[in-house]
Amino acid sequence: MDSVVLSRRGLLRRAAGASALGTLAVLGADLRPTAARAQALRIRGSKTYPSVCPYCAVGCDTVVHTVDGRIVNVEGDVRSPINRGTLCPKGAAIYQLHVNPNRVTDVLYRRPGGTSWETLDLETAMDMVAERVKKARDETFVERTEDGKTLMQSLGIYSLGGATMDNEWNHLQQKLMRGLGVVAIENQARI
Amino acid sequence: MAQQTDIFPPPGEAMEPPGAFEAQPMGFYTDTTVCIGCKACEVACKNWNGLSARDGGAQPMSGDSYDNTRTLDGEHWRHVKFIEQFSEDRSQGRWLMMSDVCKHCVQAGCLEVCPTNAIIRTEFDTVVIQADVCNGCRDCIAACPFGVIEVNPVNNTAMKCTLCYDRMQNGLVPACAQACPTASIQFGPIAELRELGAARVEQLNTQSRDAGRPEDAYLYGADDSIVGGLNSFYLLIDEPEVYGLPRAPKLPSSQLPATTALTAAGAAGLGLLGLLGFRKRRMDDFAAEARAEAAESVRLAPGETVVVEPERGAKGGVGGEY
Amino acid sequence: MAECHPVAFRYVMQAKLAGAKIVHADPRFTRTTAMADIHAPLRAGSDIAFLGGIINHVLNSKRWNEEPFFKEYVTAYTNAATLINPEFQDTEELDGVFSGLGPYKEGAWGLNGHVGQYDNKTWQYQGTEIADQGRSAATAQSGEQGVQSGQESEAAEAPPAGGPPYDELVRGLLKPPSQTDPTLEDPNSVFQLVKKHFERYTPEMVEQITGCPADRMRQVAETLLENSGPDKTSAICYAVGWTQHTYGPQMIGTAAMLQLLLGNMGRPGGGIVALRGHATIQGSTDIPTLYHSIHGYMPAPTVLKKHETVSEYLQAETLPKSYWANMPKFFVSYLKSMYGDAATAENDWGYGWHPRISGDHSHMPMAIAKAKDRVRGMFAMGQNPAVGGQNAIYQRKALAKLDWLVVKDNFETETAAFWYKSPEAVSGELPPEDIPTEVFFFPSAQVAEMDGTYTNTQRLVKYHFKAADPPGDARSDLWFTYHLGLRLKELYKDSTDPRDAGIQNLVWDYEPDEEEVAPWAIKDEPSAPKIMREINGYMSGNQEEHLPGFAALKDDGSTTCASWIYSGIFPKPGIENLRAAHRDNTPTTAEYDGQSLQGTELDWGFAWPANRRMLYNRASARPDGTPWSVEKAWVWWDPDKVNEATGDAGMWTGLDVPDFVLGKAPDAQPKEGGIGLDAHSGSDPFIMKADGKGWLFTPTGLVDGPLPTHYEPIESPVPNLLYPNNPTSPVLKRWDVEGNVAAAAEDPAFPYVLTTYRLTEHHLSGVMSRWLPWLAELQPELFVEISPELAAEKGVANTEFVRVITPRGEIQAKALVTSRIQPMAIAGKTIHHVGLPWHWGYQGVVTGPVTNDLSLMVGDPNVSIHEGKAFVCNLEKA
Repeated sequence: MDSVVLSRRGLLRRAAGASALGTLAVLGADLRPTAARAQALRIRGSKTYPSVCPYCAVGCDTVVHTVDGRIVNVEGDVRSPINRGTLCPKGAAIYQLHVNPNRVTDVLYRRPGGTSWETLDLETAMDMVAERVKKARDETFVERTEDGKTLMQSLGIYSLGGATMDNEWNHLQQKLMRGLGVVAIENQARI
Repeated sequence: MAQQTDIFPPPGEAMEPPGAFEAQPMGFYTDTTVCIGCKACEVACKNWNGLSARDGGAQPMSGDSYDNTRTLDGEHWRHVKFIEQFSEDRSQGRWLMMSDVCKHCVQAGCLEVCPTNAIIRTEFDTVVIQADVCNGCRDCIAACPFGVIEVNPVNNTAMKCTLCYDRMQNGLVPACAQACPTASIQFGPIAELRELGAARVEQLNTQSRDAGRPEDAYLYGADDSIVGGLNSFYLLIDEPEVYGLPRAPKLPSSQLPATTALTAAGAAGLGLLGLLGFRKRRMDDFAAEARAEAAESVRLAPGETVVVEPERGAKGGVGGEY
Repeated sequence: MAECHPVAFRYVMQAKLAGAKIVHADPRFTRTTAMADIHAPLRAGSDIAFLGGIINHVLNSKRWNEEPFFKEYVTAYTNAATLINPEFQDTEELDGVFSGLGPYKEGAWGLNGHVGQYDNKTWQYQGTEIADQGRSAATAQSGEQGVQSGQESEAAEAPPAGGPPYDELVRGLLKPPSQTDPTLEDPNSVFQLVKKHFERYTPEMVEQITGCPADRMRQVAETLLENSGPDKTSAICYAVGWTQHTYGPQMIGTAAMLQLLLGNMGRPGGGIVALRGHATIQGSTDIPTLYHSIHGYMPAPTVLKKHETVSEYLQAETLPKSYWANMPKFFVSYLKSMYGDAATAENDWGYGWHPRISGDHSHMPMAIAKAKDRVRGMFAMGQNPAVGGQNAIYQRKALAKLDWLVVKDNFETETAAFWYKSPEAVSGELPPEDIPTEVFFFPSAQVAEMDGTYTNTQRLVKYHFKAADPPGDARSDLWFTYHLGLRLKELYKDSTDPRDAGIQNLVWDYEPDEEEVAPWAIKDEPSAPKIMREINGYMSGNQEEHLPGFAALKDDGSTTCASWIYSGIFPKPGIENLRAAHRDNTPTTAEYDGQSLQGTELDWGFAWPANRRMLYNRASARPDGTPWSVEKAWVWWDPDKVNEATGDAGMWTGLDVPDFVLGKAPDAQPKEGGIGLDAHSGSDPFIMKADGKGWLFTPTGLVDGPLPTHYEPIESPVPNLLYPNNPTSPVLKRWDVEGNVAAAAEDPAFPYVLTTYRLTEHHLSGVMSRWLPWLAELQPELFVEISPELAAEKGVANTEFVRVITPRGEIQAKALVTSRIQPMAIAGKTIHHVGLPWHWGYQGVVTGPVTNDLSLMVGDPNVSIHEGKAFVCNLEKA
């Protein structure tokens, strides 16, 4: 088969399906002009993951683009019946929620009466928390009320959180807490 | 909106852009009457174009309504303006909002004065500053009648809205227009946007007429009366000055280089052909020019693809990490 | 709505372009008002008076009385015709209180806070005590009032105990049907009681109370009337500031009542649209990290009610009529999800290991419990009470009483840094050296760094995929709780103490499959789909046999299901069958009367229950099963369509999943002695209510009255013009402790109404926005919005500093002088509003004073929500 010559202009003319407002013209093949003014698309070839905005409860759909395992862009999912690709300023800033030098990446620990943070190894910190939970629970656990009703309760621990965390986390947290007898469980719904 | 009927493909698939828009005058039509001042456009622009925040975000509040962006500049390519209008007893009141942006003028003062040809007219009739060619001379800043351009403090070149040239060349709607929740910012071929704008003006003015109110809706920059036409034009319901827009913007014609084929005089001489005809021809001229200058014809075997290298000095280097 | 939910407002704008009228009720002129056709300026907290005025206008309007649709809908679908106990006395008779008011006696917990308590015996339907037919299943109430109500003591005749099966137990709870008057003329009918209740809510009275001009209120009422009917619907949208009053639930109830009266419930374009504030605030209520309920809106077992055994719990909580009759299946399947094989019929499904609540353990009482040294440790995960909690000064000081505090977040929040950065720590009032609290800060993964689901405000559950590993030691919240659980199970594994049997038997089996973590560096993230499998449910003993939906649940232990309402979200194994991960945007279509209709995108995510996108959608059809109009057709009865499950002709069909028994004909009658939906007729749309009706009058479920009544906020600069002797709710919760003092009514020292709110540019306490330069620069500083009139009175110019003072604290911030705030003429006084966003704190890219240092811990009696939207302050130039 003969090779074909496609000029930049020709390519663009072939894209003439784009007549309706906002309709995307689709080129059949990955043919790109190499004009001096040709622009690279920084998300071309990136991996794309469907996601959801973590701010308010409208639940705008987003897509997350990654290159080499790093997030490079987050934008509205144009197919979404919720938001049709649109976002509010917070949703538009999701990238910066992730890629942000202000993020803490170590476990921080402050001793009783301490005046500064220390860093802790993650596994050590988890062990320490588990020990403290057990101690607080065991020391405040009550099996029965004074009039003999089953209580099986510890009011010595208070768990707050949930509204911006996954449903799966909410399930595990309330399950673990209730499994231990912790009943003071709350989230943003009442804050 | 085309419907996609398949189940979402497995996550982690490679992003494949849909392909370029047709070369024709494209731009923004901004209906200020549906702008809710959310500033999604400002942030979506920064997100896509990698722009920094002023002073890392820690600037003082302005006290001018909810506008803390204050101006378009090298790191703010979108700017939502807030105008409070109330009678003393509050019986009359409105809060006008408008997302300002580069107008991508048909007669672009910036382009005409640029000594290094860093500012180009694209196949979409938009006006783009090429950061790697800009020498930071600031001539364009003075030449812009809308105060759009400033030097970006991170890379020290003059910067402004590109109308997401990179997205347009890949068939993606510019970031601000895609993000706009209420479709105040609409993107598309200028000819179609004008029809939409005209219909909306008629709708609003009919409503006003029926309610006995003044018919105050009009389009700003949709025809050729303002610097030959604006590829980002507006529906307004008050005088241009109320929105901080010049009633009759002036081009720095005395500074225009003689070599440009796109002088104000030249455009005026083409008036009878109609602006769009002129602009269409200009598109074709550009395409031809591009072919010649950049040896743009590409010989391709079936199935062969062309890899486009990232443009030097373009995205990513503008605002650092955030 | 434009301010806080801009993308949802997109559809309001589309409706407006199509001719809809937008009404905005708010003290301020906001970005929403800017788009509205009508602005009703209301004094903060006066909404019930405003809505009551609209109800009064509607019921006496020409259109409501002449268009037959309204009466037909109201008579058939609401409890308007039901007769109420003739001993019931209204607030109009008792000067602001309902019959049954008595004193409240605190129990052992001591922090319930009620100032009074109702016995709702006189609020009951004639001929039946609906309150005995299950207590509070469908409400959020925790039982701290129920114990002293007359109902329990009088439920002398115990229904049969024991089970499974529990059918006989449920049948034993049945009561005779209530008495009705379909003419709506009986003076004891709900309709007449409602009408009489709002008689004094005239436009002029409403203007005096709310500040909204009488004509404006009439205009709003007429606009609603014109845009409601067989071929039109109106929606009422609210953000949750509406709930934040000592009568918050009653406020929402007034709106619901208005929508029922206008025939806007269960119909497309109608309803009450709750615009909730967080990505999965709905999910975290459904899957309750809330003390008062367990999965799927079942009440938390409590010692304040007769809940000693599973049978007793079910006797107390099961509604024998309505879909809640299936509660034994939900509850036993839930206990199986907790304790797995260890939960057997013989050991009462392990119920003896399950903890009971003993009072109000919600956030505000827990802050007081902390301050009183009753709490050892606390988790604050994705929460920032040092800024977001009411009376934040008190909250921070209470944190300093803990032995340990675990904070998990993306940034070092104010709560994490309270011990050295809070105003108290910085001023030396409470220096770090004096704070014994151990603080752990665990960095969190963000949404794109983990797999999981969110449930949005329309109950739509959607999965988000992990796209990248989080940085450093940041981990998902799921990772933290999972690994903490593994450690605790290890620590308890050798215990022989019976009280540790619950944690020993707790099913904790979420280890990821290899391929789930293969792409990532972090290999020990638990499997989100395995957790969703447990939420969805499976056949006990075979986790691969997922349940297809809640109809498959059994009460004999053969099914395991954490959340009955989410059942059906994951009907088969494999991520491709997790319906929350589905992204197909094809809308449903249907033909009716020769017209093609388009519906909704049923395979974009999954909406509980059963993927229904609109609840109670049976009401979108007439009682005879035909659509009220083709324009508003949504779900209807097709007498010819063959029900595949039964082979019978006739079934409900349309554009949505019908919220009704599919094959139940419109003319079906209740079955004699039937339980569950058998007790309802074919024209009872509200399938979760005992009588199948929408409730205008609420005989049970709300502890502060069967009808909404205008009360003033606990702090108010004006008297209650309707009930001068009972200005505030007689049963609200207050905690009068040191550091949490309320201003007295009409205290001249605090003459202004203070209201707090959010801005589009920020999120909550600012943790997710003030650390982001892009958002920080858009609203960099806290400001105090005041009118030019108040500014002139105080000699304050725009951007000059002012001091805002309440009995709790004082903050300084710049004034934003704007005509968008207007003085109001209320009860003969000029009332000024002071408006404060509350996004700032002492950590972040931009910082500022904590607005909640000013607010008060005081609670609504039903759900313990605070009154953050209406309190009083003074303001001076700084």
